[in-house]
Amino acid sequence: MAVHIPYIDKPNPVTGVTNAKLGVWLFLASEVMLFGALFSALITLRLGVSDWPHGYDVLNVPLATLNTVVLIFSSVTVVMAWASLKMHNLKQFKTYMSLTLLMSFIFLGIKAVEYGTKFSHGISPATSNFYAIYFVITGLHGLHILGGIIVNAYLLGPGSHMWKSEPERFTGRIECAGLYWHFVDLVWIFLFPILYLL
Amino acid sequence: MSHHEMPFWKKYIFSTDHKVIGLQYGITATFFLLFGFFLMILMRWQLAYPGIEIPLIGKALTDTGALTPELYNALGAMHGTIMIFLGVVPMGVGAFGNYLVPLQVGACDMAFPKLNMMSYWVYFVGGVIMMMSFLMPGGAAASGWTSYPPLSVISNNAQTVWLVAMVFLITSSLLGSVNTIVTAIQLRAKGLNFMRWPIHVWAQVTTAFLLLLAFPPLEGAAVLQLADRLFGSSFFLPSGLVVSGEKLAVAGGGNPLLWQHLFWFLAHPEVYVLILPAVGIVSEIVTTNCRKPLYGYKTMVYSILFLGFMSFVVWAHHMFMTGMGVTLSSFFQATTMIISIPSVIILTTILLTLWGASIRFTVPMLFAMAFLPMFAIGGLTGLPLGLTASDIHLHDTYYVIGHFHYVVAPGTLFALMGGVYYWYPKFSGREMNEFLGKLHFWVSFVAINFVFMPMFLMGSKGVSRRMYDQTQYSHGAATQSWNVVMSTAAFVLLLAQIPFIWNMFTAWKTGKKVQNDNPWEATTLEWAASSPPPHENFPTPVEVYRNPYTYSATTRKVLPQFIPQEG
Amino acid sequence: MASEHMSVEEVKKHIKVYWMIFGSLLVLTAVTVGISYIHLSFTFAVILALVVASTKASLVALYFMHLISEKTAIYLTLALTAVLFVILIVVPWMIPMGAMRSWLVS
Repeated sequence: MAVHIPYIDKPNPVTGVTNAKLGVWLFLASEVMLFGALFSALITLRLGVSDWPHGYDVLNVPLATLNTVVLIFSSVTVVMAWASLKMHNLKQFKTYMSLTLLMSFIFLGIKAVEYGTKFSHGISPATSNFYAIYFVITGLHGLHILGGIIVNAYLLGPGSHMWKSEPERFTGRIECAGLYWHFVDLVWIFLFPILYLL
Repeated sequence: MSHHEMPFWKKYIFSTDHKVIGLQYGITATFFLLFGFFLMILMRWQLAYPGIEIPLIGKALTDTGALTPELYNALGAMHGTIMIFLGVVPMGVGAFGNYLVPLQVGACDMAFPKLNMMSYWVYFVGGVIMMMSFLMPGGAAASGWTSYPPLSVISNNAQTVWLVAMVFLITSSLLGSVNTIVTAIQLRAKGLNFMRWPIHVWAQVTTAFLLLLAFPPLEGAAVLQLADRLFGSSFFLPSGLVVSGEKLAVAGGGNPLLWQHLFWFLAHPEVYVLILPAVGIVSEIVTTNCRKPLYGYKTMVYSILFLGFMSFVVWAHHMFMTGMGVTLSSFFQATTMIISIPSVIILTTILLTLWGASIRFTVPMLFAMAFLPMFAIGGLTGLPLGLTASDIHLHDTYYVIGHFHYVVAPGTLFALMGGVYYWYPKFSGREMNEFLGKLHFWVSFVAINFVFMPMFLMGSKGVSRRMYDQTQYSHGAATQSWNVVMSTAAFVLLLAQIPFIWNMFTAWKTGKKVQNDNPWEATTLEWAASSPPPHENFPTPVEVYRNPYTYSATTRKVLPQFIPQEG
Repeated sequence: MASEHMSVEEVKKHIKVYWMIFGSLLVLTAVTVGISYIHLSFTFAVILALVVASTKASLVALYFMHLISEKTAIYLTLALTAVLFVILIVVPWMIPMGAMRSWLVS
């Protein structure tokens, strides 16, 4: 395909951004509305009943706190991966990207332990709307983590060949993948207190 | 490297060329529009002749040959779903948006060609899944296109298929809208600043923003309803719900109105998703055929933007009857009245463009001009529905059906058909037959008004929508004769589409070849490319020198955007 | 400007900021978890939790996502999204709750 599409690696002089960056931000805007709908549902359901449990009474706060730290750390490593490319250090990029992936797997592992405990106690979305919204929001968030893992693994593995041919475009890709990853972190930052601490 | 050396499947099936994808959207959407129409013909037979066997195909559908109430419900739900999500939106946004936006901003393709291909195929898969809902035991989804709980949560398994299909369709729309916005903003030709965008581009970009930000809440709601259906949660099921005399065994504590909020948060902007591309198309056709600049270009642009924003804050006017309280009702009543202002401004600017013009009554122009009064009827009949007092009487009656069909059928669909006639030379390098076009227009125009106008009358007499057989009630029986008229007219309308479909497919090979690349003598950038445009649209980058629609009615001079000033 | 043309020196300055933000995020996480163990009144707990979460989110968005030095096109998109987000969050539960509860329970 010889289609020449401009502003793939260099920003458009008028808007100041590349196509991919604008695209990712638009996508994140839609994601905000997706999670917004779920949070809106949570508030509406909670205000509609009198017997809503406190998260800290029924959920595992220490595990979730650990997960928060893991996810925040992965946010730092992904931005460090991008900064490494800015300093033309591919090796350091690979280290930080691998760390990011490791953190994502730890996060999912802890999540699996949490879910497993709940299921073994016979708790499911059918138990109450508190658990229902808990499973839906954290489940959807988990799917987003999984999506991030796929993208980041591709960029760490086969995708990184682009560094040789088009370094600027590759750095842009890492920035976009990072933006998505920070967003997933951001959702968790709200989700954690609202579900676990209130 | 050339596009012509590619194998067939890559060139026409899994193509990344926005023009091929646009045509794929167009053909698929045409199929779904006809299919959705066909479902309605079955329902209209039942409405006109309740309980009487459907001729020819009745026995294939049911044992008695007449529609059962269950089948009627399923057809109604699927008609709405297919027409909106698989027909009109893919046609207006997918086909016209995909084909024309890159051309009108002077780009060689969409910003993300592979993503573009993916959004078509995700749409296609969503469509296939939606169709499979007919094969489910117990029939297709039957909770209306709005899928209100608790009914939808406790209905048969086809509803699950419906929800999964919706998730696919929503995802496709999201991918497509990101692509459209980035293409229009980033890939503009040199000199094409925002205030030189054709109105069609403005309309498509606004539409894309509506899809981008309004669709995700429905995706979230669909996930919640799936959880209710598959995992036994009760997001939309209140405590103590009794179904068929038995208390439902769920945790309860849910809120059915939550669905309505999340659904209408999408579905009201969706109305403008249906109408805005049509407005864009009509603006292009009217200016070209009036040989005049658009009356009040900037006013039009600001109206479209304001309309787009306001469409997000009117949704609860669909919910006046839910008992949501006076304060909230008054707020949404006020916003609903406000949103009618930009709509009227848009119509007025197009109407004033006609003033003093030397109009060319081409086939696309006929459709565009019919759009104006039809959309006006649709819009004005919406006002009583937006006022809480009159809505109490009219809510969920045929009046509502008449209102939104006037907006979408003789409104949007007429504009889309006009768009097909107008840009056909661009798509194919050939013209559609004019006689068949005029035949299609006049028969459709007369028939469609006989289909929808009596609905206002029936609705004001209190006949409810979604009713299998209105003759069971005395007030329904009183207006039953109109049903025969409407059903006959609907059948005539179906017949009137035959010349159109025939014309569309045969002209591709046998139509009259266009004399030059710009047969309508239009001014916007898509006509700078050859007809049909080659793989990368423009051989050299185009440059834009002036506003769109630089026509002069007095001197008959035309100055396209892409030609530098001469002399 | 920040993200497109940066010298190695500038990047190093940025890196310092990233680790500082990481530290602040850890502290704020500790704060919000700590507060939850005190069991304050519900309203007060909600307000505090949301204030802390918003602060953390702003740090991530401003520094990790470089929103502090982004372009107008992106600000405009996000401003529109923010307005619609608030509407989406607020309106559904504005249904008078007393009335709702009575017919939900009955």
